[in-house]
Amino acid sequence: MTSELDIFVGNTTLIDEDVYRLWLDGYSVSDAVALRVRSGILEQTGATAAVLQSDTMDHYRTFHMLERLLHAPPKLLHQLIFQIPPSRQALLIERYYAFDEAFVREVLGKKLSKGTKKDLDDISTKTGITLKSCRRQFDNFKRVFKVVEEMRGSLVDNIQQHFLLSDRLARDYAAIVFFANNRFETGKKKLQYLSFGDFAFCAELMIQNWTLGAVDSQVDDMDVDLDKEFLQDLKELKMLVADKDLLDLHKSLVCTALRGKLGVFSEMEANFKNLSRGLVNVAAKLTHNKDVRDLFVDLVEKFVEPCRSDHWPLNDVRLFLNQYSASVHSLDGFRHQALWDRYMGTLRGCLLRLYHD
Amino acid sequence: MPGKLKVKIVAGRHLPVMDRASDLTDAFVEVKFGNTTFKTDVYLKSLNPQWNSEWFKFEVDDEDLQDEPLQITVLDHDTYSANDAIGKVYIDIDPLLYSEAATVISGWFPIYDTIHGIRGEINVVVKVDLFNDLNRFRQSSCGVKFFCTTSIPKCYRAVIIHGFVEELVVNEDPEYQWIDRIRTPRASNEARQRLISLMSGELQRKIGLKVLEMRGNAVVGYLQCFDLEGESGLVVRAIGTACTLDKLSSPAAFLPACNSPSKEMKEIPFNEDPNPNTHSSGPSTPLKNQTYSFSPSKSYSRQSSSSDTDLSLTPKTGMGSGSAGKEGGPFKALLRQQTQSALEQREFPFFTLTAFPPGFLVHVGGVVSARSVKLLDRIHNPDEPETRDAWWAEIRQEIKSHAKALGCHAVVGYSESTSICEEVCILSASGTAAVLNPRFLQDGTVEGCLEQRLEENLPAGCGFCHIPYDELNMPFPAHLTYCYNCRKQKVPDVLFTTIDLPIDATVIGKGCLIQARLCRLKKKAQAEANATAISNLLPFMEYEVHTQLMNKLKLKGMNALFGLRIQITVGENMLMGLASATGVYLAALPTPGGIQIAGKTPNDGSYEQHISHMQKKINDTIAKNKELYEINPPEVSEEIIGSPIPEPRQRSRLLRSQSESSDEVTELDLSHGKKDAFVLEIDDTDAMEDVHSLLTDVPPPSGFYSCNTEIMPGINNWTSEIQMFTSVRVIRLSSLNLTNQALNKNFNDLCENLLKSLYFKLRSMIPCCLCHVNFTVSLPEDELIQVTVTAVAITFDKNQALQTTKTHVEKSLQRASTDNEELLQFPLELCSDSLPSHPFPPAKEHLESASSNSGIPAAQRAVTVEKASPMGEGNFRNRSAPPCANSTVGVVKMTPLSFIPGAKITKYLGIINMFFIRETTSLREEGGVSGFLHAFIAEVFAMVRAHVAALGGNAVVSYIMKQCVFMENPNKNQAQCLINVSGDAVVFVRESELEVVSTQQPTANCQPSCTGGEVTT
Repeated sequence: MTSELDIFVGNTTLIDEDVYRLWLDGYSVSDAVALRVRSGILEQTGATAAVLQSDTMDHYRTFHMLERLLHAPPKLLHQLIFQIPPSRQALLIERYYAFDEAFVREVLGKKLSKGTKKDLDDISTKTGITLKSCRRQFDNFKRVFKVVEEMRGSLVDNIQQHFLLSDRLARDYAAIVFFANNRFETGKKKLQYLSFGDFAFCAELMIQNWTLGAVDSQVDDMDVDLDKEFLQDLKELKMLVADKDLLDLHKSLVCTALRGKLGVFSEMEANFKNLSRGLVNVAAKLTHNKDVRDLFVDLVEKFVEPCRSDHWPLNDVRLFLNQYSASVHSLDGFRHQALWDRYMGTLRGCLLRLYHD
Repeated sequence: MPGKLKVKIVAGRHLPVMDRASDLTDAFVEVKFGNTTFKTDVYLKSLNPQWNSEWFKFEVDDEDLQDEPLQITVLDHDTYSANDAIGKVYIDIDPLLYSEAATVISGWFPIYDTIHGIRGEINVVVKVDLFNDLNRFRQSSCGVKFFCTTSIPKCYRAVIIHGFVEELVVNEDPEYQWIDRIRTPRASNEARQRLISLMSGELQRKIGLKVLEMRGNAVVGYLQCFDLEGESGLVVRAIGTACTLDKLSSPAAFLPACNSPSKEMKEIPFNEDPNPNTHSSGPSTPLKNQTYSFSPSKSYSRQSSSSDTDLSLTPKTGMGSGSAGKEGGPFKALLRQQTQSALEQREFPFFTLTAFPPGFLVHVGGVVSARSVKLLDRIHNPDEPETRDAWWAEIRQEIKSHAKALGCHAVVGYSESTSICEEVCILSASGTAAVLNPRFLQDGTVEGCLEQRLEENLPAGCGFCHIPYDELNMPFPAHLTYCYNCRKQKVPDVLFTTIDLPIDATVIGKGCLIQARLCRLKKKAQAEANATAISNLLPFMEYEVHTQLMNKLKLKGMNALFGLRIQITVGENMLMGLASATGVYLAALPTPGGIQIAGKTPNDGSYEQHISHMQKKINDTIAKNKELYEINPPEVSEEIIGSPIPEPRQRSRLLRSQSESSDEVTELDLSHGKKDAFVLEIDDTDAMEDVHSLLTDVPPPSGFYSCNTEIMPGINNWTSEIQMFTSVRVIRLSSLNLTNQALNKNFNDLCENLLKSLYFKLRSMIPCCLCHVNFTVSLPEDELIQVTVTAVAITFDKNQALQTTKTHVEKSLQRASTDNEELLQFPLELCSDSLPSHPFPPAKEHLESASSNSGIPAAQRAVTVEKASPMGEGNFRNRSAPPCANSTVGVVKMTPLSFIPGAKITKYLGIINMFFIRETTSLREEGGVSGFLHAFIAEVFAMVRAHVAALGGNAVVSYIMKQCVFMENPNKNQAQCLINVSGDAVVFVRESELEVVSTQQPTANCQPSCTGGEVTT
């Protein structure tokens, strides 16, 4: 006796959260059954393995049918085939678009192309996440990217509107899209200590201040592309380090203000010019796409690492950066105060976030 | 006489991409009715077109309005080649043809293609302007309401129940026409869908005409089926019960119940002798309910009071009042006489109803069934309905004569079915022989109905069980005893019926689903030989199914079956029998004896030991089941007698219960005679298997109950959480050495595993009851067995149950004094028997029934009963409940039951009767057979919901999947499935304050009834 056909269809679609998780995690039906057996469900319910198998198959089939709709979540809300309570719909969507930290760190800033997709095998092996799950996550990134890439208006709002994600998750996706679009390098070894949250934090600041949308809310791609003009203008900051007088004045202003307040004052004083040069040069280089990509590498190399090697406490870093940014206002010979604030305001936030072990 | 049909195409959404180049679609819509077609403009390059068309107007006869479906086709415009069809929507406009139903159909409909399934949705608005038609010779029957529900719909009252209507239409099956060889599968499927839709419309119109002829205005319990006969044609047939219904206008309807005097009659003569007692009291009962003029729930209280006044108030309706209240022989005879005259004109006194207005059902005789085997290739004139009409007439005649043999003049819970395999067709009909109260069957009672107090002095809760046939001239050997409830009348030891458990039946404990499953191998044969082989097998199958049911019933410690449905399915090389029913313990019937096992070779020691081991196992199982289903009748009665205030739990159970019953009969003598205990003789391995299989049925896990009737006795506190589902399984038998035993085991496992799966899947709903569990078996191919189950899982609330019970206790406390007073006024004869101090059992029994039934004023009982069925009229009062402000996109509930727990149905919008075909030539790509069927059933649900929502409804009640024919050809990567579903579209309003109401109501209602009692005494 073999079961040829075995289905269960409810007027309200049954969603088993545990099975959904197994499905999202990319387990095959037999693996999922094995995992469920291990969870002790048979003992709790007195069911048999055959029942569990049939149940799992049913859920997998349902999820498979739902997947098409999950690719465009508003469709899930308007479709008529599956009657699902709104809270469950939200759960389905949110879980479907959720991603693994380990996975996102691997692809963050990479081009969401076929080439990257081919590397998913390696990512799967490296992270221990099933290939199927990697594919789903990758496809989600790519899908969201494609939809919002050229859209007008706030990136987070667009994502929320088209994918019905929670605010939290929509912000994460905004960061992913932003990174993918600007191809920021995040995979270098020296960046490994950074979490997705660190990058997402920076992305949000950059979107708010450095994109077209920061100055004009009526342009296409406003939150996705950096403001080219702004990047061009950043060259002007170069005089802060190129003009020796200005650099000295800047240093003395900062040192005067911080004397006695920093535990690492002497290190700061000794390193001031290097740090300042590093930060300003990063700005000046942002005209080239290649250097934009290396932004984080540069920040870590030029600022985070030197400070860390001198064992600056985080609070000293904060005091320094605040003073460093503010002092520029007192430099009479420097005319690009607004530009400096737009640059340094964001950078300061990013650096503070990036500064940890 | 014409009507004007107006259609507007508003918009589409989620259309499929039809143009690969642009990834878009240039869609337009054809709207067709009859032979007229309109087209919308082409909406270029969009998957969400906004046509916003003008109103397309069709001027048509109302005959066409009834027959034809509105056909909407969505196409993709193609400049160079033929336009591609995206899909179709068929809309049955029948609901717009009667005034009380829907006025407009408006909403999003899934666009359906028989090859691709649902492909987007289309927003359509449909209206009908009907001109009044006074033509008496018209062919249409607009205005006759149809209900699938097999009881009187909730917001109506039955004025007259006219009786059986049936019709059958035949056509050539498009799949077997020569043209099918050259057309596409899509064209063929669409031709079939359209034809069945047309035939259904025609059938409904013709039935409507018959109803009008009978001067009815509605068909209740409408059941339409189609038979795919293959070469010889496609038959659509329907049966139903014609009624005259009145719409209940308002919650006021409930009020009469409150005032209804609790002057219930007591039956003085009851303690005398079962036989003719003429001193019955007269009409007692007030009509306590809005719907019907009398109710069976009037218990006999001892106020033998004011029948006279009551009578005087009652307009004599010729037949009613004279015979009032005679119980026993003369009454029975009289009743029968009258009813007979009422029924005589009718060719077939059959009723498709399974639940009845109170008092309608007087006695139940038993299950009657008839089957006949026919050869389809012998039909002389296959295109005409005559031959099939004759077949069915023959079967119905047989049913009628069976009923007569049982001393019954009517058949209730009647249904018909077929099973076809190649050219062999088994026609089956079954029902429950019954004696009915004539009052509902007559014209002229319309007025009287309201005020008439009928005499009904049949003991509430046990009257149904009393045998209708003559004890000395029994149609079959049966073991009769005096009714355990009233002690007056004879009852059989076991009752089988096809109807629902009457709400006022006295039941002890809870019920459970009982199934008998059976396979019989049959030699492959041709034509006549085949038919003969099948005919020869049928009686054995019936016998075995019956034996199995009886054994399982006894194993459960129960004594009656309700909702019995025996399905015999014919295949190439086997016959399958599946019987499902809900077992209960009726208080009126004797406690079932145990099951005794007897070996044939008593000398073998180890064998003896084995036997005694088995016996022990059986006894243990019975004991366990009794505990599980809370069946403990004798103890209960003792306690009740001991103390005036019964235990809360038992009390509430007794209140709720009451039953009708029947014992059963077919042509065969299936009754098991006078044996007190059931003896199973284990004389060969077969019998051993049987015993084993008895013990393999596992009870549902704790927290689960199941039944195939509408409600489960013992559970009355449903929550609003319901989940309707369909589950389908197909197994392939290994073709090697198939034996009957192996087959039986496979089939048994299939059903048991299916149930286990259901319990597991629905575990989050615990505590929960699977209601209306409906199994159907088919044999699509040689080695395939297909089982389809549709049911609804309803969660109930354990805590709430306690509360309700508590209020009952309070009630009974309050009433205790009254009870005592009443006791004193008992007429002497009864008193002597019923004084609590008298210890001997019969008296106790009697008193028990007296206290359980009569202690409570009628109105209050009514309330209790209503709580048992959540849709009770009691809830009518709760008008203040706000309509469910459901913000989400039109949730539509579906249920096979006639009610929605925790809600009140305010409007019936019309019948939903849909037929779909789905075919695929890429089975693997669609996820194999399971993926294919899963998607299709989900789509069918979606289309039903969409139609209901478009009618303005939010639920389908009495939903049934009548057919699910699945065929596959994995080698060709093909599969095809036909599904036919029906139900009643309704609007319901949630009783959000249900709890408040249910606790308050008894108090409110108690007052008037108590007063009534005082007045009368």
